[in-house]
Amino acid sequence: MTVIVTPKAGPAKQVVKDDSMLKQKEMMAAHYERLTNAPETGEKVASTFVPGNLNELIKCFDLLNNLPEVNAIQSGLRRQSGSYVLEAEKIGHSEDVCTYVKSDIGMMAKGNIGPNGKRLPDPDVLLLSYTGCFTFMKWFELLREQYKCETIMLHTPYMGDGKITKNMIEYMVKQLKEEVIPKLERISGVKFDIDRLREYLKKSAVAEDDLVRVLQSAKSKPSPIDAYFGGIYYIGPIFGAFRGTDDAIDYYKFLRAEVEERLANGQGPVTPDGDMGQEKYRLVVEGPPNYTNFRQFWKMFYDEGAVVVASSYTKVGGVYDFGFRHDPDKPLETLAEYCLGVYTNRSLPMRVDMLSNYIDEYAADGLLINSIKSCNSFSAGQLLIMREVEKRTGKPAAFIESDLVDPRYFSAANIKNRLESYFQMIEQRRAGARAAA
Amino acid sequence: MATSLNGSSAASIVARAQGLFDDLSFTAARAWKAAEPGRKVIGYMPIYVPREIIHAAGMLPLGILGGGDQLEVIHGDAYYQSYICRIPRSTIELGVSGRLDFVDGMLFPSICDVIRNLSGMWKMMFPNVYVRYFDVPQNYKDGIGGNYYVSELSELVEALGTLRGKPISDDELRHSIAVYNENRRLVRELYSFRAQRPWQAPAAEVYLVLRAGLVLPVEEHSALVRDYLAAAEREERPRRDNCRVVLTGVFCEQPPLNLIKSLELSGCYVVDDDLLLVTRWLTADVPTSGNPLQELASAFLHHSESTAAKYEPDLKEKGQHLVRAVRRSGAEGVIFACPSFCDPALLERPMLQHVLKDADIPYIAFKYAENSGQMQPIREQAGTFADSIKLWSGA
Repeated sequence: MTVIVTPKAGPAKQVVKDDSMLKQKEMMAAHYERLTNAPETGEKVASTFVPGNLNELIKCFDLLNNLPEVNAIQSGLRRQSGSYVLEAEKIGHSEDVCTYVKSDIGMMAKGNIGPNGKRLPDPDVLLLSYTGCFTFMKWFELLREQYKCETIMLHTPYMGDGKITKNMIEYMVKQLKEEVIPKLERISGVKFDIDRLREYLKKSAVAEDDLVRVLQSAKSKPSPIDAYFGGIYYIGPIFGAFRGTDDAIDYYKFLRAEVEERLANGQGPVTPDGDMGQEKYRLVVEGPPNYTNFRQFWKMFYDEGAVVVASSYTKVGGVYDFGFRHDPDKPLETLAEYCLGVYTNRSLPMRVDMLSNYIDEYAADGLLINSIKSCNSFSAGQLLIMREVEKRTGKPAAFIESDLVDPRYFSAANIKNRLESYFQMIEQRRAGARAAA
Repeated sequence: MATSLNGSSAASIVARAQGLFDDLSFTAARAWKAAEPGRKVIGYMPIYVPREIIHAAGMLPLGILGGGDQLEVIHGDAYYQSYICRIPRSTIELGVSGRLDFVDGMLFPSICDVIRNLSGMWKMMFPNVYVRYFDVPQNYKDGIGGNYYVSELSELVEALGTLRGKPISDDELRHSIAVYNENRRLVRELYSFRAQRPWQAPAAEVYLVLRAGLVLPVEEHSALVRDYLAAAEREERPRRDNCRVVLTGVFCEQPPLNLIKSLELSGCYVVDDDLLLVTRWLTADVPTSGNPLQELASAFLHHSESTAAKYEPDLKEKGQHLVRAVRRSGAEGVIFACPSFCDPALLERPMLQHVLKDADIPYIAFKYAENSGQMQPIREQAGTFADSIKLWSGA
């Protein structure tokens, strides 16, 4: 998804990157160049969201995919989001609401400069295809007010009863057929070709297979990957503008080979400081990360020998590890099913099931929840999730709090203390288990 | 059978409504349930559920709006982080403290991520209760969102039919639609009356009378509203030199009653609001002929209130409902009162404020929680707002 720069403060230190990270960096840079050059090249731009991203469909209309969430992440990683958030609050946005939204709006107010230092183009269409989060709807209403461009809504029902019903699929397919596709045709001037969509979907499925193999490599001991901090890189292309492309197929093939090599060599994950030392703790993590202090946050884990073997955040743009793949044989239905199935569109009991199963399947020592102030979709109910997962698995859980891109809500000392206490708790449990055995 | 209160004073009617409001054990609803064997109660949260369907099943729809400022939240805080609004934690408190142990089902409408997730929590915490996340379409075309919604309604009809042990018939639904049409007409009449003569129907009284409708059987509530209207018409009350405001943002977590009273005490007559939207969500009568679920769906799509939880497809129409509310009620300004950490209200607020600015309508904004105790800052802010309107408005 991104390139982590060396923090401005502190001594400059070489950041270690996998080859796959470098490859991704090139892909992202090229995409941002294409986006920022759009006014010159005449390419049209569709802004949309990661959960509910219809990249294959967007490509059918020769539109460029711009993801405001990813822009906010980039701003967070570059330590620009703090000033953007303040800017948005200055112009009337509440301190209580999502900082992705405020970072995006603040960025617009300050010239909308993208990560490549060039101005991001105004979107030709806001494709309000959102799932699992009400804030998305308000976010694009706010953007529509600024850009005054056409907005296309694709409403995804919530899986409140833990299942996808025929009614849900029919509703979504009808929206696609009667609203989304005709409007995209009109805006882009490109006629919809369902066979073209099938081709992109075929490519998506290939990359999805490799992504799943990469994520599931963490079942091995030691895990060759970190499925949260490292996982954020791994999901970048497929959650973003590359799903359905040859680039994504190449990237995931490359990544898989890289991970399989590490697996064969019995190596752990690569961290920004190089190979991780001995794997001491295996964790499942629920919730998004903090991006303003991403490296510092990650370091708190790998310094202690803690590796994340599975995470819910890497399922926020699509859940593939239970078998779902984009299916070219039912092109519109599969887009609906994809949207319906993303992690935050799943009911809380489903989320508890997923996390509990991850703990068992990935032989984790416990669950860590990073509760994000901005994100009620994730956060509301997490304390019950924690208790339920503990009850079901018998493994200890811990709770830390931070925010996505608002640096005011990242308290390093507090988080570090809690993590250290948590690792001690795991040690005590282990000692207790050994004594009992 | 509806209780007649004809001839009652406004004070006695309001006192009864206040008693219902204060009763966090829901004695009236418990008594209703106990009166006949087999009766069932279905709780629902803001902002809208089709109460007609619950009524058609012979069940009592019971509005659950958190615990207000009188409930001590002991357990509920253990379920939520500090940055999440208060209504879910006090609702959990109502649940775990046994105050809702007589409730047979709970509906969690599609309003925000917090209430949505609460539906899953309820499923886990109260596995013997029928729980449904009540989704509604954000697409307002009959053939798309309408079809989806009819199917969702059918699922609810079927589930409640199963719960009572007998399917719900179309005739039962039509009857319930007629009963709720009458109730909504009376509520609209009450709002219209207050907009014309707000000194005769103070906001806190109107709120309590409306709120009683979330606890009482609808027939009884209609009688209560009718009697209140008659009493409010009869009794002459002093007219204050207040300005007239629309209160908005209060559609989910409830403001403390004292907050509503404080606004009027500080010089603002509330002439319209978005409190308790379920009582007037549908803005026109639902036809009682034809397919009842189709009619309910059509009313939802084409004749329902605008609020932050709904997508507005038309940019030009965004926020115009508020401008219309101001014009219709003769208001001179708008007060945005939003619950702390309420995503829909707070994300919506800047857009609405821009619309008001363009329409040259003054406004102020503040936040509250259902248990806010300190009203002095709000009184000062509202008082200053009222003064500024009186001093600087064109009138």
